[in-house]
Amino acid sequence: MRKLLPFPLLSLFLWLTWLLLNGFSWGHGLLGLVLAVVLPLGTRPFWPNVPHLRNFPKLVRFVLVVHWDIVTANLAVARLILGSPRKLRPAFVELPLELEDDFAITLLASTISLTPGTVSADVSEDRRTLLIHALDMDDEAELVAQIKQRYERPLKEIFEC
Amino acid sequence: MLEIALPIGFGLIVVALVLNLYRLLRGPTLPDRALALDTMYINAIALIVLYGIANDSKLYFEAGMLIALIGFVSTVAVAKYMTRGDIIE
Amino acid sequence: MDTLVEFLVSAAILVGGVFALVGSFGLARLPDFYLRLHGPTKASTLGVGGTIFASLLFFSWQEQALQLQELLIVLFLFITAPVSAHMLAKAAMHRQLRRREDTRGRPWKQ
Repeated sequence: MRKLLPFPLLSLFLWLTWLLLNGFSWGHGLLGLVLAVVLPLGTRPFWPNVPHLRNFPKLVRFVLVVHWDIVTANLAVARLILGSPRKLRPAFVELPLELEDDFAITLLASTISLTPGTVSADVSEDRRTLLIHALDMDDEAELVAQIKQRYERPLKEIFEC
Repeated sequence: MLEIALPIGFGLIVVALVLNLYRLLRGPTLPDRALALDTMYINAIALIVLYGIANDSKLYFEAGMLIALIGFVSTVAVAKYMTRGDIIE
Repeated sequence: MDTLVEFLVSAAILVGGVFALVGSFGLARLPDFYLRLHGPTKASTLGVGGTIFASLLFFSWQEQALQLQELLIVLFLFITAPVSAHMLAKAAMHRQLRRREDTRGRPWKQ
């Protein structure tokens, strides 16, 4: 089973995507199933170290938290954009990373960019630091602590021990 | 209600597109223009989805999907060209 | 069409439109590239998100069955928008674009 389905979640995701694209029917269900098995097998060599999902309920919780943050942060940033640009306090911040897995770091960087107000700009070569640009920053330590507590810790629990 | 909301929605997004066009023409730097194009294709997706609702047709979904695919690839290609001076190394 | 659904669809269209406009407004008005970078993230999240939600609701109601196709666009944008923002930020740092004087911290050398 492990050999046939190296990434069960990826397969499930591919299958659902196929069904969403083509409509739900028996034929497409079967064709999608074949693709969902064949594609991960074919792309196996592209994934040198596979991230292991350890905590599924936490992942669901994380996705919900991020969506909620996207909505609230959008409102906050809308106010900033419509207000006077002089009042903005832009800053580049370096976030020390605790995550080690590449995939988890990618997820963290994407989350930071998706929530308005912060954009991830670069990752250092050794994967230890993330450079973030903030639209309006009050206190550096506070921003770093907030990102760590709200996004990095859950991701660490989801993907690493 | 929808007869009122749809034209307003169209209007809002068209104004957004005009603002993107302003940034695209004004620049001043290449990354600014690339960013303006990136935003433009995202707004174009919203416009097409709205048009699909107005025409009561689901065909436009696929057009939106295609713009999303092509827009992403082109933005990445341009950004890569700006950093490396080359797209495929 | 049921009034409640019509109201929700209209509201989603307006919310989407307003956020797309605010994002683009930010792109047109903010003073430096790094600040402008924050505008499109809004357009791609709540802007497109709002219109897609409207379309989802509208067609689900029209056909009396859940239509989730449009979610693929949002999913795709949520995966790709941060990547293109990241690439553009790297390009901007590489070209050492001017940033507003009062920006704290500094970009990295590329």
